[in-house]
Amino acid sequence: MRSRKVLRKLMLFLITLPVLFFIFFPILWLLSASLSTQVELFTVPLHWIPQHPTFQNYIDIFFPSQAASSVPRTFAVALLNSFKIASAVTIICIFIGSLAAYALVRIPFGMNRGIQLSIIATRMIPEVSLILPLFIIASSLRLINKPIVLVATYMSFALPYAIWLMAAYFQTVPVELEDAARLDGCSRLGILFRVVMPISVPGLVSTAMFVFLLAWDEFFYALIFTSTLAAKTVPVAIAEFVGRYVANVNGMMAGGILAAIPPVLVALIFQRYIVSGMTAGAVKG
Amino acid sequence: MHYIHKISLLVMAVVFVVASVGCAPKPAAGPVTIHVLTMDQAGLKPADIDQIAREFEAKNPDIKVSMEYVAYDNVHDKIVTGMAAKPPAYDAAMIDVIWPDEFIKAGYLLDVTNRVTPDMKSGMFPAAWNGVTRNGKVYGMPWLMDVKYFMYNKDMLQKAGIAAPPTTWEELVDQAQILKDKGIVEFPVIWSWNQKEGVVCDFTVLLFGNGGAFLDASGKPVFNDDKGVQMLTWMKKTIDDGLTNPSSVASDENAVEADFLAGKSAFAVNWLFQYSDSNDASKSQIVGQAAFAPMPVFKAGADAGIKGSSVDGSSSFAIMATSPYADQTWKFLTYLASNEVQTKYSAAMLPVWQTDFQGEALKALEGATATNPVTVPAFLAQFPYANERPTVAYYNEASAALQLAIQEALTGVKSPKDALDAAAAKWTELGK
Amino acid sequence: MARTSTPLPRARLSLRQQDARSAWFLLAPSLLVMLGITLWPVLSTFILSFFNAPTGINQTRTFVGLANYLEMLGDQTFWETIWRTLYFTAVSVGLELAMGLGIAQLIHSRPWGWQFLRISLIIPWAVPTVVNGAMWRWIYNADFGALNGLLMALGLIQHYVPWLSLTSMAMNLVIIADVWHTMPFVALVLQAALATLPEDLEEAAAVDGANAWQRFWQIRLPLLRPALLVALIVRTVDAFRVFDIVYIITAGGPAYKTLTITYLTYLHSFSFGRQGTGAALSFLISLVTLVLAFIYIRLLYRPEETQ
Repeated sequence: MRSRKVLRKLMLFLITLPVLFFIFFPILWLLSASLSTQVELFTVPLHWIPQHPTFQNYIDIFFPSQAASSVPRTFAVALLNSFKIASAVTIICIFIGSLAAYALVRIPFGMNRGIQLSIIATRMIPEVSLILPLFIIASSLRLINKPIVLVATYMSFALPYAIWLMAAYFQTVPVELEDAARLDGCSRLGILFRVVMPISVPGLVSTAMFVFLLAWDEFFYALIFTSTLAAKTVPVAIAEFVGRYVANVNGMMAGGILAAIPPVLVALIFQRYIVSGMTAGAVKG
Repeated sequence: MHYIHKISLLVMAVVFVVASVGCAPKPAAGPVTIHVLTMDQAGLKPADIDQIAREFEAKNPDIKVSMEYVAYDNVHDKIVTGMAAKPPAYDAAMIDVIWPDEFIKAGYLLDVTNRVTPDMKSGMFPAAWNGVTRNGKVYGMPWLMDVKYFMYNKDMLQKAGIAAPPTTWEELVDQAQILKDKGIVEFPVIWSWNQKEGVVCDFTVLLFGNGGAFLDASGKPVFNDDKGVQMLTWMKKTIDDGLTNPSSVASDENAVEADFLAGKSAFAVNWLFQYSDSNDASKSQIVGQAAFAPMPVFKAGADAGIKGSSVDGSSSFAIMATSPYADQTWKFLTYLASNEVQTKYSAAMLPVWQTDFQGEALKALEGATATNPVTVPAFLAQFPYANERPTVAYYNEASAALQLAIQEALTGVKSPKDALDAAAAKWTELGK
Repeated sequence: MARTSTPLPRARLSLRQQDARSAWFLLAPSLLVMLGITLWPVLSTFILSFFNAPTGINQTRTFVGLANYLEMLGDQTFWETIWRTLYFTAVSVGLELAMGLGIAQLIHSRPWGWQFLRISLIIPWAVPTVVNGAMWRWIYNADFGALNGLLMALGLIQHYVPWLSLTSMAMNLVIIADVWHTMPFVALVLQAALATLPEDLEEAAAVDGANAWQRFWQIRLPLLRPALLVALIVRTVDAFRVFDIVYIITAGGPAYKTLTITYLTYLHSFSFGRQGTGAALSFLISLVTLVLAFIYIRLLYRPEETQ
């Protein structure tokens, strides 16, 4: 019996290995490429590990010399922009989204289902449908190339998503707690702030993390709306590494690693909230 | 209610956060700020253009210049979205040689005929002005003149015992075969045939080199006649025969450069930048090995009297029609394209002033940088044969149809004749 | 004192009315935002789809009724693109579900290093889509890419293959890149769901003599249905609208073999300067995704079945 168990464990482990390989091979290659020079990247046969590893690609990004092309130099600023925008979007969505989510699932007022469905529906609209009218508004308000324009446009997909996640989470808060508070004479808003919110911190954190990652990831709006240093985000900066006349693959790989670090770190730090968020939102619908 | 206060505090906090993220310090009233859009990394580097902008601001304290740099592929769309707003997002933008017709029809470009001085008119290359003039009206300031050049690796040819670079494409095939058979390089030729404008550029070079043309005198597409079909069939054959690198189908000009500079090809058609990069040790493994040769033509074309063929890839700067700062913008563009500025930065980009290519000025230009002694003569030799892509307002969509057709032929999805016929049908439809 | 029929003093609304007021108060900021940022632009685009709207200033917009829609529905490229997008969606989501379920099961059976595996899944998921695209584009590079290097080193190919130039392979390669990035989400969702399943049902079945396969099909899978459906619908809607990864890796080529419907809409709206047809296309996409959303709501919000 024991040997069967050990055999089973071994077999499972042998299946785990290719999975891990599939997960890590691209990432490790990305890392290796980011530590290579352009000349070395363009050698055949492939150098899996660079023979002349260098941190120059990263140095070019953070401590640019005059010789480096402009794209690495602006990358650090793009990182900062992405961080500011993703944070602002997250904060706003959590604040006004949590209020809306609670109202939708715990306060029966007749139009709950209707509004819930509309909110889900708005999430389905592709970005390309909204871009021109949004651009016209933003431009007439002279907001192009200011981070705030992205914060506002990201609401179009981040807010419904946040509401959806938090609504699912609030549904898991035991109704008895709320009823008890009701009996004590609490108003609706009182229940929300005194009872539900404190319990829901894990759900709020989980939602915040999802929204942050979503905002960090966004590309299309950022591409159209921003290009100056004032507001350019990381995905746009990455795409620019391959411009018309420069094939700066090694720089792009370094930029890719840097662009991936904040969201990966956020996800790893808050990983227990991923699971709880997914459980609440996904399983319970 | 107690909670109203709490909520108000929350709202204020949110507004504060958003405000601190969103609000840039308000510019002082006074100097006018003009916004100029251009591509990143072509000709002049952004650092150079920023420098020029600062110099201009120093001379014109009442004008501030805000430059925006984006990848070439994004410039067109940014102009379109930029012009959708009032006031327009940009006061001036870089216009690729294939866009004026579309943009003039859309009403984007300001007529600057009356602003062009006689000095400019006579000083700059006529071809440069042709690129921005339609129906006698001038719509932009010339800035960069570029053509595609034929570059080859002289060390490789020497090793193979080939005395001189090919003068016809048929000779190229023969030489490529020798290089391949001798094991010097696996795929001797690399092209930018991916589904972007680059493939139409190469198509232009080859089409005119075969004596073909895009449109006939009445504006009907004729690129699908037998000269065009022949030429496209030739393109495909070079892939099938293993002479053209099959990755050409997914390569743009950057990839062509990467391939050539890594010593993986002997012949590469590309814009001027490839030459100076080839001598940059941090990027190139073939330092000192690249050389220019006149762009070959097909035998049939040579018999028909075609002496040379290339494609015009110039660009200019135009003032956006709805810009409220036309005067200030024109001042800046004049400075940007001025002789002094262009000669100062000629290492990155050859000037558009024909006066720089004559007499004493020519000598000065040739000696200005390490690569100029080679690039200047190459430019003078190749530019006269630069062909234009069709100057029609529907070019973007037409080009997309042609790109698709060429790709379908090269990947064997359709026969060259069927593919080109389909594209020609689309062009006819668009031209209505 | 005479008690006339006074209406209820304002401060004492019925519970229901108080509820409604609180609810609207809480909903107001979100609804305002969505009205301004989503509803108005969507309406604006919808109206635009009935016009022939060439891009430009002072361009006459001619009302053409349904002409844009009819043109699109009659266009061969449109239908090919729809099929292609459906192919992408079906294969991508199918692979994600299959692999996700497999990996979820794997983690659930607690092999050595299962915690490391679960944490590792987070990395591909958190990497930004654009970085993912750039990374895979370099891996697929014909001359210097890691895929060629790997296959060559393993002896599986003799010559480097120009992957992204092959019309037959390009879409599948984009799918692989997309699956690598999105499959972890499915795996983690399903694994979380598996963790909540009661074990006694399966143990009882095992005692009754059911083998692993039967236990899987008849007990585990049905219990996982809600989670599977959520993952399925979310991923299907997102896969149908794919744009970013196509933009970065292939820009629609070769020969439009990776052109998806959102990309086609982008081309019409921006590159071709035909905002009318672009608007019509974006509406058609929205329609399809709304149908998918409707299916989701029907499937998930119906009364709970007892197992």
